[in-house]
Amino acid sequence: MSRPTSSAVEPRGWTKGLLRANGWLVYAFFYAPILLLVIFSFSDSRNVGVWGGFTLDWYEEFVDSRQTQAALWNSVKIAVVSTAISVVLGTMSALALERFKFRGKQVFDALLYLPIIIPDVTMAVMMLLFFAEFFEVLNAVFGTELRKGFSSIALSHIAFSISFVSVVVRARLAGMSGHLEEAARDLYASRWKAFRFVTFPQILPGILGGALLAMTISLDDVVITQFVTGPGWTTLPVYVFGLIRRGVTPLINAVSVVMLMASMTLVALSLLVERVRNVGTNQRRGF
Amino acid sequence: MTAVELPSDAESAVATPEFEAAAIRQESRRGFLLALPSYSYLVLFFAVPLVIVVVYSFATRNRFGGTDLSGWNLASYARLSEPIVRDILFRSLWLALLTTLICLVIAYPFAYYLATRTPVVRNLMLVFVMIPFWTNFLVRNYAWRVILGNDGPFTDVTEAVGLGERELLFSKTAVVLGLVYSFLPFMILPLYAAIERIDKRLLEASRDLYASGWQSFRKVLLPLSMPGVIAGSILVFVPSLGAYVTPDILGGSKTTLLGSYIVTQFLTARNWPFGAALSFVLMAVMLTTTVVYFRKGGRTL
Repeated sequence: MSRPTSSAVEPRGWTKGLLRANGWLVYAFFYAPILLLVIFSFSDSRNVGVWGGFTLDWYEEFVDSRQTQAALWNSVKIAVVSTAISVVLGTMSALALERFKFRGKQVFDALLYLPIIIPDVTMAVMMLLFFAEFFEVLNAVFGTELRKGFSSIALSHIAFSISFVSVVVRARLAGMSGHLEEAARDLYASRWKAFRFVTFPQILPGILGGALLAMTISLDDVVITQFVTGPGWTTLPVYVFGLIRRGVTPLINAVSVVMLMASMTLVALSLLVERVRNVGTNQRRGF
Repeated sequence: MTAVELPSDAESAVATPEFEAAAIRQESRRGFLLALPSYSYLVLFFAVPLVIVVVYSFATRNRFGGTDLSGWNLASYARLSEPIVRDILFRSLWLALLTTLICLVIAYPFAYYLATRTPVVRNLMLVFVMIPFWTNFLVRNYAWRVILGNDGPFTDVTEAVGLGERELLFSKTAVVLGLVYSFLPFMILPLYAAIERIDKRLLEASRDLYASGWQSFRKVLLPLSMPGVIAGSILVFVPSLGAYVTPDILGGSKTTLLGSYIVTQFLTARNWPFGAALSFVLMAVMLTTTVVYFRKGGRTL
């Protein structure tokens, strides 16, 4: 698919120089702050931006701090649960939208699209007000004692993750023809078997990619979680955000780097999935 | 969804119109059932909350910081014209617009350069744009706090250059810097997708017909890449307008933006109706820009 770049399109002379310089500057802009943060997390100085010799003290403090550990596990539990549920729901939505026609499809499509573009703050406000009312009603009617905490955070995360999973799986489904599924059906495979043995293996990279994206977003979210969290359910980003507001300390550097590494690992995994995806299909896709 | 006529295949002997219609109905039901769990989920946990925000925006704050849902009024919307609120709204619009413009100026040449690379180089370059796109938002903003802070690397540089100790933290400049840093990938990716799709022979043709480099950019490349420009601008403008984490970490008390102001209404001032009205304004801006984009023929963001 690669077109040979021609002389008129290929930048030349000073244009080329400027474009190349801009490219390098963009990468420097992206990566220098991250790199500096990593360096300073090893710095033996109370001042977060000053180099004072090598130390691992801040990481030790991170491991020893009960609060950071608790926050870390809260984050992981919420991410795992919300990802697991949203992967199932998101994949079902993607299949419904790509492979079927049904009444209300357009409304559903729009509804799925909204959580992706809505600003964090708006979604946070929506969830805050919703759970204030919803839990009150449930408690009044059923005599339960629901409070904001794990359930409200996980339910909110699922509400936006379904959309992200569905977008990724849909892209995968749109890129493959339905011929193989039809062939399986023609050969008397049941609907379930056609899905299990033909469709599912093909969309698996999409499902994994969607799951990684959902997990990343869940682990990163601070605004929405901050609005729907309850006693005992502070997540790592919310905890770190609180620390930053009270004043920066080298401990935050270390925690930040740990969060950075978690993100990077997830990116690496998703790139790996991407490779599998490209090997799986011969057609070239956008990013 | 009724009366769908399919050309009945000659080889499928059983394909009577009734049979076809029944099959289509069944397919439609299957699709609906497949969508139903997510559909109900999103209605309950997204559409209903959306409606609640709108309802709250018409309610009244009572003396105790609670909200009276009886007696609807427009008081919260009337407050939008107060000088303090207006200042915040205009400042947010201005800073979001500035962020969008800066991102556009940086990202356009970058995306073009990217689109003219060989596929191998291009994919590698894209990966390194995607990584910051995926990494923790809070951490990336915090990194600038470290850099711009007291005695941090930034002051080291300004002192070395001979500018003396410059304080950038807690200023509008710092906020815009943080926003550009956060949202630049959102501009690069759609721009790249748009430029990559353009038939490069059109650019060649314009050069063959003696257009200058500038003319072929202005008359060919830019118009053809417009969907990418608009998509990228929306993707940067909307979150910048609603930004809360960036101004909170990098800005000071004088750089309150719409996003942070909304949060204040809920977590500090306890004026939920006013906060809901502000959120609704933010949502309206988002919906308007998106609808305009799709009307103009944009496909996906």
